[in-house]
Amino acid sequence: MVAEIGQFTLIIALCLAIAQSTIPLIGAYRNNLSWMSVGRTAASGQFLFLFISFICLTYCFVTNDFSVLYVANNSNTKLPVYYQISAVWGAHEGSLLLWVLALAAWGFAVSIFSRALPADMIARVLAVMGMIGIGFILFTLLTSNPFERLFPAAIEGRDLNPLLQDPGLVIHPPMLYMGYVGFSVAFAFAIAALLSGKMDSAWVRWSRPWASIAWVFLTIGIGLGSWWAYHELGWGGWWFWDPVENASFMPWLVGTALIHSLAVTEKRSTFKSWTILLSIMAFSLSLLGTFLVRSGVLVSVHSFASDPARGLYILIFLAIVVGSSLTLYAWRANQFTSGGRFDLISKETMLLINNVLLVVAMITILVGTLYPLFLDALGLPKLSVGPPYFSAVFVPLMLPLVILMGIGPIAKWRRVPVKELFGKLKVLLLLGVALGIILPLAIYRDTTVMTAVGIAAAAWAILTALYAVLRLVIKRDSSTSFAKACSKIPRAMIGMVTAHVGIGIFILGVVFTSSFSDQKETSAKFGEEIELAGYTFVLESVSGVQGPNYQAMRGSVNVTKQGSPVAMLYPEKRVYTVQTNPMTEPGIQTGVFRDLYVSLGEPLNENEWGFRIYYRPFIQWVWIGTLLMALGGLLGAMDKRYRTLAKAEKKATNSNPVTQTTSA
Amino acid sequence: MTPKRKQRLIFVMVLIVGFGAAIGLALFAFQKNLLYFYSPSQIAESEVEAGQMFRLGGLVVEGSVVRQSDGITTEFDLTDTAGSIKVSYTGLLPDLFREGQGIVAQGKINQQGVFVAQEVLAKHDENYMPPEVAEALKATGAKHPASIPKTTIN
Repeated sequence: MVAEIGQFTLIIALCLAIAQSTIPLIGAYRNNLSWMSVGRTAASGQFLFLFISFICLTYCFVTNDFSVLYVANNSNTKLPVYYQISAVWGAHEGSLLLWVLALAAWGFAVSIFSRALPADMIARVLAVMGMIGIGFILFTLLTSNPFERLFPAAIEGRDLNPLLQDPGLVIHPPMLYMGYVGFSVAFAFAIAALLSGKMDSAWVRWSRPWASIAWVFLTIGIGLGSWWAYHELGWGGWWFWDPVENASFMPWLVGTALIHSLAVTEKRSTFKSWTILLSIMAFSLSLLGTFLVRSGVLVSVHSFASDPARGLYILIFLAIVVGSSLTLYAWRANQFTSGGRFDLISKETMLLINNVLLVVAMITILVGTLYPLFLDALGLPKLSVGPPYFSAVFVPLMLPLVILMGIGPIAKWRRVPVKELFGKLKVLLLLGVALGIILPLAIYRDTTVMTAVGIAAAAWAILTALYAVLRLVIKRDSSTSFAKACSKIPRAMIGMVTAHVGIGIFILGVVFTSSFSDQKETSAKFGEEIELAGYTFVLESVSGVQGPNYQAMRGSVNVTKQGSPVAMLYPEKRVYTVQTNPMTEPGIQTGVFRDLYVSLGEPLNENEWGFRIYYRPFIQWVWIGTLLMALGGLLGAMDKRYRTLAKAEKKATNSNPVTQTTSA
Repeated sequence: MTPKRKQRLIFVMVLIVGFGAAIGLALFAFQKNLLYFYSPSQIAESEVEAGQMFRLGGLVVEGSVVRQSDGITTEFDLTDTAGSIKVSYTGLLPDLFREGQGIVAQGKINQQGVFVAQEVLAKHDENYMPPEVAEALKATGAKHPASIPKTTIN
């Protein structure tokens, strides 16, 4: 019964999406206010019914309703409740339901927080989001219905894929989807601008926070995915240039370009059509990512099932979205007149180069990801593009980006003398280079040119970001107090600095962990001492442990450093009762400056096991940096000027008597 | 030059330099990092030069897995039913490595004609078969576990 309610509400949501995509658009065309206002109502309704639908599926999981095929395939009575809930999005059908729910949530948020927008603009934005909604709800209903019944009902479920039974995986998909789908808002704003031909500063101020928030979600989502891979896969790695990782990384790169390009469009009213193009690209890449992951053309833990019908549907949908929006772009984009002029050495040029580098990096990743698939489709020899390709291309492209990142924030709009820039930054430049040379030598008594360059880049990023904000305080008038000067710094500025410092910390983590990691794969007798990176590891024993839905062999590993105890680690080899796949669960001691990571291999005989040890310096910095980037994006989106603008416009239009203050 | 033209020139220059650099980098890195995929029977037909890094896929022959005395070096035969080749790997094998399982290994052939793997991949699903392996097997006309349609639970 509950499953039928879920299915029924999904169909109602589809009807509302159809209404949302047509009526407001006609209203905007005919200048009919009551038709335009249908968009808001429909968006709220769509969200409500999809939410009910989602709750229904969750209910089926929690109550172990194995007469629903999807539940029977992905859950089990022995599965802990929190994993039963996360199992809702643990496989294809449910994750699509989450996708459409996320889309509806964004639509709902737009309808609430953008009340001060001109009615025709919001009508167009919501209509475009409605169209995307139709595409994905139809996809769910036609090819991937999570509410399909199983007759006769199963007695017990097949259980959730053991790899997905991890706290990281509970929140990773929702975050990632909110990011992916979030770019649909920027996309909808872009299409609305193309349709109306209006792209004034109000438009930018309205669309910019949405793009930032979507970017924040995507950043957290990718970071969590990487954290999960590190904790769950047992190889001690955090990024593999796996096609599915690339699929999420490409929209991130373009999204990063977009939030920078929006800054130029807002402040200087230029780069307009480029901003529109980036908005279209970011969302198209999100769709491409969905296609790559959901169609089964890629092989990874993420591609749940290969069903050609699904792949074909998304491919056609992708073609329609990209084709129609680019056609519209080609037809209408030339009407946006560019504003301010700028010189070769100016903030504008630096942000332009930033954008080019990010887009170029995206293209090289796109080529590496799609080339094998392309050859395969043509029936040519099978090959794969290895991770070294991506590192070899990506790192040289990011280096100039990081250098520019230090200069851009303090450069002036329009024109800035090179002498002035160099004068301000030469000390920091020298300091950065010095740190790059000294830090690795001081900590590890070893270095390479690449390591020194990497650390120098990280130091440069952090130092220049801090300088960009500190100079505002240092160069205050003598009449203003220190505290007052601090409080006057705009939140957008603090956000930018936080994100840039985050990038510096991220680079520091990446460089140190890739330069000074150490590892050993060996056979370990019980009690045998194994040395790695100054630590002594002793596998003391391995004993059986019973988990809720698995049995495990748990090793006890005593780690010491020069005789003094450091940690006891308990790596496990689990066999899940239902799916009977062995799973490696590493034992990790996390530290600020290094992680110690052990995992069990196979038993070689009674008292000897295959054994892996990893020493991973500074690896946590990778995720700390990622979190700071996300925090920075959030602070930027919460800048005061967006709120005051909302209030001012509300007073001006006064057509919507609402008391709600906008905070997005 | 008018300011507008100057601005366009900046735009075009940045684009050309950026994309040119990227294409150069990509082509250079591409040549070095493309990994071809072969099946054991293709190697028997000597399509592969010694010392060339590539990916090899097939089924682990039942009863062929031998662990060396050092404890972590394993030797096994990999087959696509038409041909087979000896593979040697030093390191811990993935969780799902077992006899009869389809796997993909990455490495080189040494002087003795043994494939020395640097990496062995097996996926987390007992019915799973790497598509390359499935196709290589199909090409030799063999039946393999993954071709049996997955039945739902009961």
